[in-house]
Amino acid sequence: MTSQAATQQAATPQAANGPATDNTSSAVDATPTAADSRDIAEYALRLGDDALVLAQRMGEWVSHAPELEEDVALTNIGLDLLGQARALLGYAGSLTGRTEDELAYFRSDLEFRCAHLMCLPRGDFAATIGRMLVVAAYQWELYERLSESADEALAGIARKAVKEVAYHLEHARMWTLRLGDGTDESHRRMQVAIDDLWPLVDELFRTDELEQQLASAGIAVDSSALRGPFDALIDPILADATLTRPDVPPAAGGGRHGRPSEHLGHLLAEMQVLARQFPGASW
Amino acid sequence: MTRPATFRSPIAAGRPPVRLSGPDAQHIAEIAGGVPDPELPMVSLTNLGVLRAVDVDPDSGAITVTITPTYTGCPAMNTMAEDVVINLRAAGYLDVTVRKVLSDTWSSDDLTPKGRQALRDNGIAPPATAATDRTAESAPVACPLCHSLDTEQLSRFGATSCKALYRCRACREPFEYFKVH
Repeated sequence: MTSQAATQQAATPQAANGPATDNTSSAVDATPTAADSRDIAEYALRLGDDALVLAQRMGEWVSHAPELEEDVALTNIGLDLLGQARALLGYAGSLTGRTEDELAYFRSDLEFRCAHLMCLPRGDFAATIGRMLVVAAYQWELYERLSESADEALAGIARKAVKEVAYHLEHARMWTLRLGDGTDESHRRMQVAIDDLWPLVDELFRTDELEQQLASAGIAVDSSALRGPFDALIDPILADATLTRPDVPPAAGGGRHGRPSEHLGHLLAEMQVLARQFPGASW
Repeated sequence: MTRPATFRSPIAAGRPPVRLSGPDAQHIAEIAGGVPDPELPMVSLTNLGVLRAVDVDPDSGAITVTITPTYTGCPAMNTMAEDVVINLRAAGYLDVTVRKVLSDTWSSDDLTPKGRQALRDNGIAPPATAATDRTAESAPVACPLCHSLDTEQLSRFGATSCKALYRCRACREPFEYFKVH
């Protein structure tokens, strides 16, 4: 998956280094736990689709970032997310008899389970940094708790991912401060970015019956319990950056339940076209 | 700053040795662990700390080599796995499976002292602190060329996931830093 997802638009420098000789091998080999494996697969899909779709958005920055170092940074962050997506989709697939590539390339937008925030077009640099700040803070709180999951595979992925997203969070925090507390124009753009994405933040912290059941079994993390810690993490950063936290009603969402963002289909068309036009292609 | 005569790694290196089971496992681990990292060819898989286990089935002779990634998205994993198979085949071991696991989780503390020295000898600064050290971000990074601690970060992200870009203010040379992770 690394090679295909990355090469469409998101040719990360690392992925371009060599031909992937084995497109079918999974990122990691894991053994599922005994709980209802279809529920765990659905949960892993949610987290994996978030990471996959955002990885694709990050990859769109290749050669478009404001400076070379930032180009490398954004694509490295995309690569981390792609790695997390491979592990999560590979695990979800192992529970339901599908490969990570089948899940990434041969599902329609209605079958994806990502939050709408991940699907937003990349926008300008401020929009990308604003989303990175929100998503990294959410994922950091999530993965820190998921590291203690009773499901050893999810715990293993989370222990790995938490260190990576901590780095993303720090990167986004530094840029948020620099842009928010920068020039009039950078401040204006950063505030617009936060205002535009804020209605989509609420969806990250909505829970449902499936998640609650898994959470009570010690497998999943209750998303609604993350909102407090998330706010405690984000609010001081926004304040330091002289940004105003928006007070807006939440958007409808529905990404976790087959009501995808209007932007997802376009993203998938680009991400999936090669795999669908030439099934089984390798290079 | 000149290098102190008693320069020592600040990291207490020491993950337990690679788990071995079955006949010939020690020898197989030496071959598999001797494979160089494709992105950092000066460091072997053993010295990078990513070789976790070698299990040999005493009846069939089937070999399972277990490795773990440094970063989840590390694109070198597939090449590592292929190189392990190729090197073991060349040594006459034909029935080889490479298993990739995420736990127990790799950290930069798993670099062996030899691995750290190999990085330094090749102009890459090894991690400055243990991964559990909360001061990791602010810890001074020594220039691998002149050993000055007067260095600055140019970019938190480098040519591979595991490295950042630095510059030495003393000798003016840019260098790569293997991040604490």
